[in-house]
Amino acid sequence: MRRPALTAALPPPTAQQRRGVLRDALGIGVAVGAYGLSFGAAGITAGLSTLQTCALSLLLFTGASQFALVGVLGAGGSAVAAVASALLLGTRNTLYAVRLSSLVPQAGPRRLVAAQLTIDESTAMAIAAPPGLAATGFWSTGASIYVLWNLATLLGAVGAARLGDPGVLGLDAAVPAAFLALLWPQLRDRGLVAVAVAGGLIALVAVPFVPAGVPVLLAGLAVVPLLVGRRR
Amino acid sequence: MIWAAVLAASAGGFALKLAGWSVPARWLAGERLQRAALLLPVALLAALVAVQAFAGDRALVLDARAAGLAVGALLLVLRAPFLLVVVGAAVTAAVLRAV
Repeated sequence: MRRPALTAALPPPTAQQRRGVLRDALGIGVAVGAYGLSFGAAGITAGLSTLQTCALSLLLFTGASQFALVGVLGAGGSAVAAVASALLLGTRNTLYAVRLSSLVPQAGPRRLVAAQLTIDESTAMAIAAPPGLAATGFWSTGASIYVLWNLATLLGAVGAARLGDPGVLGLDAAVPAAFLALLWPQLRDRGLVAVAVAGGLIALVAVPFVPAGVPVLLAGLAVVPLLVGRRR
Repeated sequence: MIWAAVLAASAGGFALKLAGWSVPARWLAGERLQRAALLLPVALLAALVAVQAFAGDRALVLDARAAGLAVGALLLVLRAPFLLVVVGAAVTAAVLRAV
């Protein structure tokens, strides 16, 4: 839910509200940890080492981009296609950061840390927090997810590395289901469903004709008609 | 080569985040730019679902992954949590391959 910009007239947040925000931040961190477990396993399944998988969670730290990178690499795609997919998925973080920079302004080294913690969940919590608690929501959610996401990635990667052949365990089937679970909450209206269907179809049609990884990039074209349609 | 991809994506991903914190907001305020950044993940994630479930070596294939995805979709409709969706898909594929 969007709230109006803060004004001096608003009462300061109560201790109860602050505790509520911190509790939510921890809860989201635990829930996102589940994604981290499956990301760790997905990295190993795709042929990355445990160290490479953990490096992605520490450095890239944005779930959909991480899944895309290992998904494309695991399917035999080139490093360029994998990085391009990851970065296209990461562009929304730029818009989140624009919103956050006015909501919870940061300067100096803190801005670098804030940038790294700029993801879907921390942005959503900063926007949804009660008046005066946007910064608390952002930092507590970002920190909670950063810690738990990285711990879970390590657990998932070590676990998958010990389990052996991913195909036998169906781990390769877990990856498309993970992408579907990431996509699901975003299908909020018919236009978005249409974009998803078009993106999926474009990718499938392209599979026989282009190298692995490229079909996913071509699917980005699915958004073009909607952008042109919005021209005024 | 994997390390190069890991580090390049990480550097690029951080640059995308930092850019939003650093450039004047009006540079990125265009309506079409905003929509593109919100629609792109939807198209790309759907493509990743399709490719990861149905793509083989330059060909479309129907195997246990598709059954796993179907079970995952069913679990999502039933509002199951993320971990259950992923495990359900994996177990389905593993069982189909074992029989």
